Amino acid sequence: MAEDKRVRIARRIARELPDNSLVNLGIGMPTLVADYLPKDKTILLHSENGFIGLGPQPEAGKEDLDLVNAGGKPVTMIPGGCYFDSAMSFAIIRGGHLDVTVLGALEVDEEGNLANYMIPGKMVPGMGGAMDLVVGAKKVIISMEHVNKNGASKILPKCTLPLTARKEVDLIVTELAVIRVTPQGLVLEEVAEDSSVEEVVSKTAAKLKMAPQIGRF
Amino acid sequence: MKRICTAKEAVQDVRDGASIMVGGFMCCGGPSGLMDALLEKGVKDLTLICNDAGLPDKGIGKLVVAGRVKHLIASHIGLNPAAGQKMHSGEMKVELVPQGTLAERIRAAGAGLGGVLTPTGLGTEVEKGKRIVEVDGKQFLLETPLRADFAMLSANEADRYGNAYVAKSARNFNPIMAMASDRVIVEAARVVEPGQIDPDRVNIPCVFVTDVVRGGRHG
Repeated sequence: MAEDKRVRIARRIARELPDNSLVNLGIGMPTLVADYLPKDKTILLHSENGFIGLGPQPEAGKEDLDLVNAGGKPVTMIPGGCYFDSAMSFAIIRGGHLDVTVLGALEVDEEGNLANYMIPGKMVPGMGGAMDLVVGAKKVIISMEHVNKNGASKILPKCTLPLTARKEVDLIVTELAVIRVTPQGLVLEEVAEDSSVEEVVSKTAAKLKMAPQIGRF
Repeated sequence: MKRICTAKEAVQDVRDGASIMVGGFMCCGGPSGLMDALLEKGVKDLTLICNDAGLPDKGIGKLVVAGRVKHLIASHIGLNPAAGQKMHSGEMKVELVPQGTLAERIRAAGAGLGGVLTPTGLGTEVEKGKRIVEVDGKQFLLETPLRADFAMLSANEADRYGNAYVAKSARNFNPIMAMASDRVIVEAARVVEPGQIDPDRVNIPCVFVTDVVRGGRHG
């Protein structure tokens, strides 16, 4: 996906993050959200390998071997952060202390089911912390491309791949649309500036309800 | 006083088929010297319990690549292609465990608990073959304790009583695994006299540790 579309997704998700919140950003596209955090809000980032206060990458030559993100890459700590072990890290996640988690997805469906950790027989990297994050976070936001490499919708009536968690997704943000998961199904709330309701509907296999007013982003 | 020894001496009692917990997260906070000593010793058919399969050329990842691991219990194996290949060929059994569940299963064993009840994994493949327990109207999976013969851990400092300090994100699974194994070997960049580590900084209490090895990537 073109960089400007990835940036659009990241910027839109950044606007969803509440003031004074603790947020976990998944590896890959979700990480980009960190570059667009609203300056007027206090948002702390949680890193599942054991700290709060995740900061940007260090300058070359200033890497600290003891300080990496959940992808194993060198990072920095912002002033006011803290470290803990893996049990505490997941107590924070599972115990309802994490406000938002942003993750990628292979498939999401009408019930808010999520599949993002394996394609049987092809790609089995493991769930890492994803299952705990999706179950534990107060709000689950999916950051992903609207369609897969073959052009097929990633938003389905029902997931076909093994689930990461059942009925936990709250919001889906793609380069084309912002879709909310509600007990009544998926609701299209916003459409990208260069897209249209028709395009979003044609590229979405799942049934979409229309919000009373469809915004632009 | 705990035994202060070399990595080679520390792994002397590891036999083929042993179960070993290995600290670290993507090799950060992993005992690289002890992994090299295991590789050199030539032990095989190991059961390894660790967060991930490491990287092909680093720490625990080297044991996976060399085919020394029969059973891997981990949350993620994606950064070591050999792990996926050996899993698909049937050469190595892989049990994928959600990371938080892995931490709690290990902690449960170390804390004398009969298991943990977690909502993580409900409605997924992880649920298969496990008991679902209802508490106050909410469903949980019963996850059983996880113990090992050995824990191989990394620390920045350890004293001769076995107290150890692991810094920053290198801490990860190290303090938890120290509780849940019969022999607990800490590889520390600095080995100091008792009292030289501020007691407030100790995050692996001496009581768990059996052996201290000087070395590792911190040194």
